[in-house]
Amino acid sequence: MLTQVPISWFLTLSAVLFALGVAGFLFRRSIITVFMSIELMLNAVNLSFITFSYHRQSIDGHLFAFFVMVVAAAEAAVGLAIILTIFKNRATLSIDDVDSMKN
Amino acid sequence: MQLWLIPILPLAGFVINGLFGRRFSKSTINAIAIGSVVLSFAWVLKTLFGLAPLDSAYTERYFTWIQSGSLDIGCGFAVDRLTAVMLLVVTGIGSLIHIYSIGYMAHEGGYYRFFAYMNLFMFFMLVLVLGANYLVLFVGWEGVGLCSYLLIGFYFTKKIATDAGNKAFIVNRIGDFGFSLAMFLIFVTFGSLDFSKVFQQAPGASTTVLTTIGLLLLVGACGKSAQLPLYVWLPDAMAGPTPVSALIHAATMVTAGVYMTARSWPIYVHAPAAMDTMAVIGIATAFFAASIGLVQNDIKKVFAYSTVSQLGYMFVGVGCGAFSAGIWHLMTHAFFKALLFLGSGSVIHALSGEQDLRNMGGLRRKIPWTFWTMVCAAVAIAGVPPFSGFFSKDAILLAAHNHAPWMYWLGVVTAGMTAFYVFRAIFLAFFGDYRGHEHPHESPPVMWVPLAILAALSLVGGLLFKIPDFLRAFFPVQEAAEDQSLMLISVAFGLTGIFVAWLLYVAKPAMADSLAGAFRGLYTTLLNKFYVDEIYDAAVVTPVVGGSRWVLWKGTDAGLIDGAVNGVGSLARGVGGVLRQLQSGNIRSYATWILFGSVVAIVAMFIATTLPLGVLQ
Repeated sequence: MLTQVPISWFLTLSAVLFALGVAGFLFRRSIITVFMSIELMLNAVNLSFITFSYHRQSIDGHLFAFFVMVVAAAEAAVGLAIILTIFKNRATLSIDDVDSMKN
Repeated sequence: MQLWLIPILPLAGFVINGLFGRRFSKSTINAIAIGSVVLSFAWVLKTLFGLAPLDSAYTERYFTWIQSGSLDIGCGFAVDRLTAVMLLVVTGIGSLIHIYSIGYMAHEGGYYRFFAYMNLFMFFMLVLVLGANYLVLFVGWEGVGLCSYLLIGFYFTKKIATDAGNKAFIVNRIGDFGFSLAMFLIFVTFGSLDFSKVFQQAPGASTTVLTTIGLLLLVGACGKSAQLPLYVWLPDAMAGPTPVSALIHAATMVTAGVYMTARSWPIYVHAPAAMDTMAVIGIATAFFAASIGLVQNDIKKVFAYSTVSQLGYMFVGVGCGAFSAGIWHLMTHAFFKALLFLGSGSVIHALSGEQDLRNMGGLRRKIPWTFWTMVCAAVAIAGVPPFSGFFSKDAILLAAHNHAPWMYWLGVVTAGMTAFYVFRAIFLAFFGDYRGHEHPHESPPVMWVPLAILAALSLVGGLLFKIPDFLRAFFPVQEAAEDQSLMLISVAFGLTGIFVAWLLYVAKPAMADSLAGAFRGLYTTLLNKFYVDEIYDAAVVTPVVGGSRWVLWKGTDAGLIDGAVNGVGSLARGVGGVLRQLQSGNIRSYATWILFGSVVAIVAMFIATTLPLGVLQ
């Protein structure tokens, strides 16, 4: 069944998802949305890994996909904690207001 | 004989007073400072009696100071008859001036500092005269220069005093440069700096080398002993306290050049050209300085130019081969010039700081001790027989006549001028009516007793201390053609000088002004010291300062070096300023840059793999 679907479709979908993630990361103000965009990019990359893994009949791609998931889970935990703290301290979720490193 | 004790005692006084003097009472400071110098004098006497008759040099070597290749310099002292004269003059006059200073400095600030410097000076001066080789002598030579600088600038809140100190130090550097070169040449030629070895080999060296050494030593002597053209620092040095002028700038330090050249006689006798140069410089300085002294109004300036002039006589003596006459005049000059300075200090002290002769007058009844002692000094310096200056000056003039008659005549005219300016100062200060405002008061005994001792020495010093006889065996014998007529001429010139001074400043005071009016150009030139300071300023100081400021400071240092350093700094800053724009603190701008970079990287890879350049294949 998968054999009927050409590999380029999967890669195109992955690229579209990644581009959406980049666009969301760049153009949205809310930190939550930016965060979700990052997850989207990670998953787009995962899709590419799995596709190549299947295509090459190799386990390496899977391995990388699991690594990315683990990192993404850890990142989500830490990231959400940071977002919560920011909101508590600043009462804002706009990414442009969080610029105290500037100057 | 423990020669080292002689200089060590004043050094100990310096260390104790210098370190702890601030907490001491004045009497403690006095006891330490004067005690160390008087003890040193006593030790000199004991040593000299122990070593009598001192027909040959007695040397002590303490340790090897510098050993490098064939260079072997020991730290050692030596005493011979020449040193004996110098030791007695330095410690004897030094003791008197130290005692006098108790009274003179009583109301001054920095009391302990003054005595600490004076003791340090005594240490270096004694090292200078005791040194058994040129390098030890040079240590003392530089040390007395340092103390001179410190004591000229003693009133360090006065700009004129600190400037004078700098001037003395800088002008002396020129002379010391010559002295250093002379020492190098001596070492290269003779392989040693010890007096004994150098003088033993001196007759074997070539005349050219010896003349060069002699001239270079002469440059050093001209700086230290204030001869043309390096005399300019000495008149300014009068900004220091008067005892300093008496001790350092009249009696001892400035005579170091005469001592050093006389000490080097085995070199000079084989370098007639150097000796001629020395005699010519001496007589020119004597005449030149005396002419300036004729019209000065500051009592200390008169005696300062007088010192320069008298040092010129000593140079004439040494330069004409009459070494012992030069040393004799050194000694008698130490008596009467120290006395003149101390006496003028007593006048200044009595008038609470007034130095201008025009504001004095009629002081002879108010401060009689000072008056009479200064008259003793004046008749001594004027060459009135049978007082001390007469003998030594006459010996020098006789030698000058044997050498070149024109020198004798110039010297005689200078002797007349000397008598004139000294008695002019005496008459202006002590005769006529009092023109000042302060209430004069006689100085305390601690001041006039040293004056009285020096007055006695000035009067009988020439009769009592026959230095040429004492040094006969030491210096080469020279023909002693006694000539009564020459002596009478010089005495006549001296008496004429005194008479003219009496005429102009006591008998007919109006004549002085009308004479000054009649020879206005000459008078102004003399009053302004021939504009030598101005000429030096324009010819040397301004170009050096200007070159330092515009080329070295503004051009090289500020422009080139600072420019390079600051340029590197501002380049980094500029580049950083541009790169700083990237670090906006805005996450999305970072993300945009990452995206941009990735796109560039991908495009680059794409181009590299597809174009047939084969760069990455």
